[in-house]
Amino acid sequence: MVQPLSYFYETPSQTAGPYVHIGLIPQQAGFDIFETNFGSALVGPDTKGERIIVEGRVFDGTGTLVRDALLEIWQADPDGQYNHPASGQETMASDGFRGWGRTGTDFETGVYRFATIKPGAVVGRNGRMMAPHINLWIVARGINIGLNTRLYFSDATQANAEDPVLNLIEQKVRRQTLIAERSRRGDEVIYTFDVHLQGDQETVFFDP
Amino acid sequence: MPGPAISDMSLSEFIQRDRNIHPPAYTPTYKTSVARSPRHALLSLQNSLSEITGPRFGHNELGPLDNDLIRNYAKDGDPIGERIIVHGRVLDENGRPVPHTLVEFWQANAGGRYRHKKDAYLAPIDPNFGGCGRTLTDENGYYYFRTIKPGPYPWRNYVNSWRPAHIHFSVFGSGFVQRLITQMYFEGDPLIKICPIVKTIPDPDAVERLIAPLDLNASVPLDTLAYKFDIVLRGRRSTLFENKLEGN
Ligand SMILES: [Fe+2]
Repeated sequence: MVQPLSYFYETPSQTAGPYVHIGLIPQQAGFDIFETNFGSALVGPDTKGERIIVEGRVFDGTGTLVRDALLEIWQADPDGQYNHPASGQETMASDGFRGWGRTGTDFETGVYRFATIKPGAVVGRNGRMMAPHINLWIVARGINIGLNTRLYFSDATQANAEDPVLNLIEQKVRRQTLIAERSRRGDEVIYTFDVHLQGDQETVFFDP
Repeated sequence: MPGPAISDMSLSEFIQRDRNIHPPAYTPTYKTSVARSPRHALLSLQNSLSEITGPRFGHNELGPLDNDLIRNYAKDGDPIGERIIVHGRVLDENGRPVPHTLVEFWQANAGGRYRHKKDAYLAPIDPNFGGCGRTLTDENGYYYFRTIKPGPYPWRNYVNSWRPAHIHFSVFGSGFVQRLITQMYFEGDPLIKICPIVKTIPDPDAVERLIAPLDLNASVPLDTLAYKFDIVLRGRRSTLFENKLEGN
């Protein structure tokens, strides 16, 4: 017998279930309990950067809206820095930008919406720049383990074409599933990012 | 085990996730997964800054009763049910504690009913029970909270499907790809082995790691029983990210 490796096993995932809202966004479940609620607005009055809205819907394999999904986003600031020691940021940014938010798809419309800023390009592996992107994590009833994907921006054509992660996607047609379309509504800049869990337009999900 | 200090560890890549201990996406006996499971293979992604970083939370964001589900929604008395403490440590695959990380939990009341718009089970809402809480692990990765033991409840999978008593957990870690949601079950519950959601996990040993044992030593005599639930998140590799600090 050889010596055993003394690693621990990761705890297995279980679905977030239909009532995930209670734990993570109780106001959507229908009640008020915490003084501070984590939410979909990543920006405060002092946050630097171009204000944008990220919104979209989540669809199942039949094209039906998933109205009970929970989404979280994690992103860099306009300089391409994450609020984390690995980005050289030991403490919270002075303008209060954490870079993280969460929300649910609406029980009626199925729409989710984040108010944030446009991130900058981030240094990738081997110093190769990654196009500006937002990391997404999606859980819901029927999803056994959280799904990781990335949102890229439609107006960063050149940076997207050179992005090392988008270029990993073998079927070029699928790269399009990660591009959010820019539009304007009044004075808001909207990026629309629909997630397809399954089907012809299935979103590219990562095993990061 | 010797190793880099925690602050250095947060600069390194994660050990590849062992997908065999997790449920696959498509598990037809848990029917909702059928239309909600991706069919394409996941795209393997070597870690960059986007994966090895993640959000941090502070004590100033939490309230004093956030980890006390017996009190945090009490209106005119205590909730009905068995008073319990749930406690344990958040560790990583290297066996190191995960300090100062956000742990969130939610559950049904003692009758198996959730305080949620969409829950129509006939068991009553408990006016004194909200059913959610949250806490930060301490410097040793330790957490605890007080609650009442949730009841089992029926759900529409088969005509007669019942969930074993369980508490939902959400954990962060120090990198966004450690993000994990799971469920804790209670030792001795006969519903565990017939639950279609539990059975999405193919490995029986992995299922056992979701079952919290009664921990009499941690109970409060004449007051509250205790269950222990340790959570293991993905570990980081022991070398620095690409052997250098990013951007240097
Ligand atoms: Fe549940």
